[in-house]
Formats: sequence, structure tokens, C-alpha cells
Amino acid sequence: MSLAAQDKMRYASYAPPEFGVRVDEARCKACHLCVRQCSLGALAFRERVTPRDASCVGCLRCVAVCPTGAITVAQNPWPLKPNESWPEWAVRGIWGQASSGAKILTGCGNDKPYPILWDHLVLDAAQVTNPPIDPLREPMELRTYLGRKPERLVPGQVLQPQLQLEVPVMFAAMSYGAVSLNVHRALAMAAREMGTFMNAGEGGLHRDLGPYGEHIIVQCASGRFGVDPDYLRAAAAVEIKIGQGAKPGTGGHLPGEKVTPDIAATRMIPVGTDAISPAPHHDIYSIEDLRQLIYAIKEAVDYQKPVGVKIAAVHNVAAIASGIVRAGADFITIDGFRGGTGAAPLAVRDHLGIPLEVALAAVDRRLREEGIRHQVSLVASGGIRCSADVLKAIALGADAVDIGTAALVALGCRLCQKCYTGRCSWGITTQDPELVSRLDPEAAVRRLTNLLRAWSLEIKEMLGAMGINAIESLRGNRDRLRGLGLDPLTLEILGVQPAGK
Amino acid sequence: METQAWPRRGERHDGMRIPSGCAVAGVGSTGGRPISGDTVVCMVCAMPERANGLGAGYAAYGIYPDLADCYAFHLMYEDAGARASVEELLQAGFQVEVAEPIPTRPRVLVGAPMLWRYFLRVPERVARSWEESHAEPGGDGPPGEDDYVVRTVMDINTGIPGAFVFSSGRNMGVFKAVGHPEAVADFFMLDQYRGHSWLGHSRFPTNTPGWWGGAHPFSLLDWSVVHNGELSSYGTNRRYVESFGYRCTLLTDTEVIVYLVDLLVRRHGLPLQAACRILTPPFWRDLDGMGEEAAQLRTARVIYGGALLNGPFTTILGHSRGLVGLTDRLMLRPLVAATRGDLFYLASEEAAIRAVCSNPGRVWSPPAGEPVAVEVGLSQVAVSAEVARS
Repeated sequence: MSLAAQDKMRYASYAPPEFGVRVDEARCKACHLCVRQCSLGALAFRERVTPRDASCVGCLRCVAVCPTGAITVAQNPWPLKPNESWPEWAVRGIWGQASSGAKILTGCGNDKPYPILWDHLVLDAAQVTNPPIDPLREPMELRTYLGRKPERLVPGQVLQPQLQLEVPVMFAAMSYGAVSLNVHRALAMAAREMGTFMNAGEGGLHRDLGPYGEHIIVQCASGRFGVDPDYLRAAAAVEIKIGQGAKPGTGGHLPGEKVTPDIAATRMIPVGTDAISPAPHHDIYSIEDLRQLIYAIKEAVDYQKPVGVKIAAVHNVAAIASGIVRAGADFITIDGFRGGTGAAPLAVRDHLGIPLEVALAAVDRRLREEGIRHQVSLVASGGIRCSADVLKAIALGADAVDIGTAALVALGCRLCQKCYTGRCSWGITTQDPELVSRLDPEAAVRRLTNLLRAWSLEIKEMLGAMGINAIESLRGNRDRLRGLGLDPLTLEILGVQPAGK
Repeated sequence: METQAWPRRGERHDGMRIPSGCAVAGVGSTGGRPISGDTVVCMVCAMPERANGLGAGYAAYGIYPDLADCYAFHLMYEDAGARASVEELLQAGFQVEVAEPIPTRPRVLVGAPMLWRYFLRVPERVARSWEESHAEPGGDGPPGEDDYVVRTVMDINTGIPGAFVFSSGRNMGVFKAVGHPEAVADFFMLDQYRGHSWLGHSRFPTNTPGWWGGAHPFSLLDWSVVHNGELSSYGTNRRYVESFGYRCTLLTDTEVIVYLVDLLVRRHGLPLQAACRILTPPFWRDLDGMGEEAAQLRTARVIYGGALLNGPFTTILGHSRGLVGLTDRLMLRPLVAATRGDLFYLASEEAAIRAVCSNPGRVWSPPAGEPVAVEVGLSQVAVSAEVARS
């Protein structure tokens, strides 16, 4: 059954509409713009603008484009008798599945009210005995190198390849197919402008992105889309994608209707065929298999580029990461369970995996205990929302972070979680030419660089307040974090003292 | 003054640090000429504003010429039981040449722990068997006697309650206590010692440490460090050295500097100057502009990010071949250097130098973050700053 049909079934179910759309007759000029812009068919024109609430996903495109501000969209109150045991999501899920018989699909990241530990961690500041540093007067260094480091300096030695980041924030892996080519272009251009990297995801690398290769990390995932020697050589680094925080242990599925000629060429598959990423790599069933792939790729790129491995944050992540270091990876990306996705089963997204905060702390600690932390770089991914989250992640042990959802929000994403439909009205997660054209790549680049610039300024301000003028002095510096309202065991896992101590 | 009893077991390990302001001083003879302890004591005492009587200490090099090839362990004991445990361990693992109380004038300070020193040799069979069973995978070269001694120090300081090794080098010694600097010197009878280089320290801690082991200098093997400041990078530095088997056990961040220097110089085989440029590397914007000659500095910074010392500090590092003064990259704490004849002085304040040398030949404040070093045994003062910063 097609996705559209699935949705139709769902909306035909007993579920009351999630959102209510109201059009102020007095303000509406009947210009039809909202009707044309609604990509989900929630607005029609029958003598006047007529909402179909059941189709509204709350993307707020109509609200944004209406020239007279005539439209309001609001979440409908859940009309059922209050019942803590049967919340809205559970009842809606059952209704939908009873009518569709299918998995519930969703996009974006875990939206369940699990504790967000970033919001229970606070950063230190310097007073008197350790003066703060004014970033307007003194250099404040954010440069970070990702890649394998030798145990020690040997005079005359040449380092293994490193990625040089001027800001310790990269754009997380999002494939062409999951997002539009305009998004890919904007991410690549912004990465180049800001001295950082975009991860092209597992859907191959469009030929137009070639010029940005020095700021692109390409993936080799279980579907091996678009992977050939030129692809590996085109980028600055290669990342083997084992897992994704939003859907650990599961594969991916780009439906054939989205496989346009351009995407087909980029992924190196026939037009219109389903692009399926298997759950495992079919040549990786053990850590030694992973080692073979790492070194196969290193051979293919003549050891000229770092090769990393991305894993989802799962219970045993520390031991897995340790094995990956020993298998030869130059960097490890840990993707927490709040990381985003273009499409995942809701059950998987919301219930599998663990938060980035604890996974990162556990990995960093394990690698230090084994005396190998300084040999590799750790990238923290999945649920980084602001500059303070970046610093907290670095203090917990990350070298750098990835942002995916945050970057898309910068481009206008309203977190409606309907990425999987391909009908993104903001032109982000769609291949529909009309929708894609809504995202102006140049404006998008400006918004992305603005975001990174703003975060850089805030990071420098906070580092200065901590009396630190080089980001590496915060890496793993858990002494500069304190926990608020965390239980002793969580504090111990995070390696952080409670506030006041 | 009332001093606190020995810290309870585990109390030194809880990661709490005591920020403090301090006076640091160093003096060395480039010709290796023995100098009485009075000089450095006088320098430290000339900076009374920087101390509040809650800790002072000294390190002296060349003071045990008759037993110069023995490791001189200085120990503090809380009780006789701790001493018995340590002596049992030392008897089993070393050839103990001398075991004696450290000479003191006991009435000068109250609350002193038991203070003993041991002159030790590593028996060849121990060194050999240790070498075989502890070969490091990291390729640090054959682990020799020094590694064995480091392990012993770590074992005592973390494993035997009430015992603390505060000095473990050859032909050198650390003397420290809770008290005013002149009283501490008097207590340890430093006027009786003559060494070719000396470090001195007095502190202004922002709370009451009480424990003698928490005073400066901190020392391991040949290295000793006095430090004025606070490391905002402490947590990063500590976790970095712990990856290499060091265990930070004290109430202060200064010990981590000692371990970093030991790691970089002794175990990684880097020249001391290069190690200093790893602790306080040039800014990237300067490194970027330097061209090929700075390639190694850039490489070192990429590798050794965990060793960068951040925050306000001035530190003087002592070793048997000389002294090095080093400030943080913004020079948020003061350091003055001076020379006169074969003597080389470093201090927090020029006043300290002028207190013992009324007419110094050259007085200067070294640039931020650049090491100023002197080597003992050279006929002239060799002061170097490897990279001039624009």
C-alpha cells in the first residue's frame, strides 16, 4: 500500500483531526495562495477558503504565506475523557493501525517526554580565582581536528589525515532522497563557508556537489548507494553507517515513487525502484568484518582520508565503540535516540536506543579507561538543539557534534514529522519539483551560516566565561559540568558532580 | 595553628580542588654551584601579600650528592601503621640504603605528620622482571627503573591509607608543610642544605586545606612544580594523563602538570622546550602564519590537545638539569626573570629577586605562554624562547 493510501486510511479512521484551521473571513482576500501552497490538501477553495482539518499536519505553511495573516492553525484539544493510561498517541495509534493494518511511520526524532539530560546539566563559570576571558579582546579558539592521532609526537612524522573544523559543529548525515537537492547544496555551501563539513548521507553524492568535496563526508551504508571509487575519493572523509539513532537496528526504505531519474543516477539504481537499505550490512556480521570494510575503504582512498563509523546509541555502546577503535576507525559518530530520520516506524523511533548524553559519557569513559580515547575522535549526534548543548556534549567527551534537525529547523522545518510522505511544504524533505523550488538555496545557505555563526559567538562567550580559550580544554572536562535534579546513578554514569558540590 | 588531621581515605580522590593565589620563586646556578636554601626562602618571604600561612614548600636539587644514584623518597605518615605498610613494600621492592626521619626543628610547626626519607635502589632482578611483565604497548621504549618507581609512588599514594610520597627523585628533595614560608624552611632546616637549584612556593588558598601533602611543590621522580593559578582545563588534563596510567590523587590541579611533563619528556622522549610548547601552544592564527618551520608545532597541537594547560597560571618547573618558567597563553599571572653572573632567578614579583640580588644584570618579563628555561651546568645562561609570537 502506498504511503498516501496509508494516510488516507488513517484519516478515514475514527480519529478526530489533530489540528484545526481557522480562516478569518474579514481578512481573507481570496488570493488562493494558501490553497496552492498546502501540499497536503488541507485547504480548498469553494467560494471561500475551506479547511479540511483532517488533512492538516500542522506544518504552518499556510500561516506563513498568507499575506493578510488570516489563517490560524491550532492543535485541537484531545476530546476524549482524560485518561493517563490511554494518552492521545496510544489511542490514535490503535485507530490508525486498526484501519491500515500497517506500521505507523513517522519522521524527525523521538518526541516522547524522556528526560533530556542536557537540561539537567549546567556549565561552570569563572570568578576571581580564575578570571573569565573576554572573547572580544582575546583569541578564542574553536578549531578542532577529527581523525586518528598517534600515541605521541615523533619528530618529522606526518599525521594521518585529519578533518579541520573551524567550528565544532557539522551537518549530520541526510541523504539526497530524504532531503531535496537544494538542501544538500545549501548544506555543502554553508559547510564550506564556515570551515566545517556536511555529511551527504547514504544516498550517494549528486554530481553538482563535486566542487564542495573538501567539505563533504560521504557514507557507505548497508545499501551501498552511489558507492564507487570516485565517490569515496570525491569527499574529505568516509563514514561507514552502521546505525542511526532514530532507528537503531533497522534499515531504510526509499519508495520507488521518490526515485526520480536524478536520484536514481546518484544512488546508482534504476529509476522507480525501491531503494532498500538492509538492517545489517550483509558483509558485516562481526567486528572483524567491520575492520575489513574500514581497511578496504582506506585502501581505496590510499589512506588519504579519515574513515569513521557511525553507530546508534544502544545499551552496549561503550564496548562496541571500543571495538570500533581497535578495528581501525579514525572517528566514531554516536547517534542518540533523539536523532532525526526521514522515515522510521514510530515504535522504533520512540522506543529503541538510549539518549546521546549517557551514551557519549559511557563511550568516552570506556575509551579513557582503556587508554585509547586520545587516539580517535568522537562525534556526538542526535538531539543537539543549541550552543549550550554543543558545549555540554564536548565537556562530556565529544570532539565535535552533528546537527541535523537543528539545521532543517533553520531552513524552516516546523517539526510536523511528515518527512516520510515526501510532501514537505517547506521544500526540505521532498522531491516534488514545485515543492523543492520553495527553498531558495542562497537564502538557505545564509540561514545555515547565520546559525553556525551565532552558535560560535555563544560558544566563545561561554568558553570565555569558563576561563578557557581553546575548545580542546573543555573536551572531556566534566569538572566544568554540574548536574541538577539527577539521581546519583545517572550522575555517576555521566561522571558529573551534583550542583553545589 | 590548628591543622586538620590526615584526610580520610578517599577524600583526596573526590575531584575537589582548592583554588589559591600563590607566590612562586626559583633560583639556579648555571655553573652547578651549590647555593644555600636561604636564598629561595628569602625570595618567597619577600612576597608576603601572596601568602596567608596555609602552605609553603621548597624543592632542592643536588642536595644528596653522597647518595646521588639513589631514589630519595620523602614520605608523610599519619601513623606508625602506615609507615609499617610502606616500609614492608619498600623492603620487598627495593634495596633500602638509608631509612631515617627527615631532620626537623619540631617546635617550629605544630601538627606535623611523621616525616621519613628513604634512599632506594631498584634491584636489578626487580627492574628486569618488571620490564618483562610491564612492557607498554604504546612503544614508550623499555620501561626502566623510573617506571617502576612511578608505579610504586602511585601504589603508595592511592593504596596505603595515611601514607604519602611527596618526593621521589634522585639527588633532590621536596620539603613542604602547612605554615608560613619562613617557618616551613626553619622547620625543615633548609639553611643546612646546599643545592644547585631551588624552587619555592607559598600559598593563599581560598579555604583551609590543613593537609601537609597539599602544599607545593608537587614532585614525581626528577620533576617538581610550583604553581600559581588554576587550571580551567584540569578535568581534560587529568583524564588525559589517566589514559596513560597516571592517577591524580590530590586536592590540587598542580600535580597534573608534573604528570604531563613526565609523560611528554620522559615517556614520549620530547625535549623539554617542545613539551612546554605543547602545554602552552601558540594560537592557531599564529601557527597558520608561521609556515613550514612550525609544522611540528602544529602537529604537536593536533596530537596533544589534552595536554594544553588553560586558565591563569604561572608555573616553575624544576629538574636536575635546570629550571623552566612558564605562564599561560594570556599571562594572567605574573612572572619575572633575572640573571646575575651564573645565577638565574624566576619569581612572581621583581621584589623577590631584588631581595636577594640588589643589582641583577638583566630583568625581564617573559612573553605569555613562552617557556623561559635555564640549564644547569652550562657556562653561561642559556635562556630560550623557541617561538617568538607576533
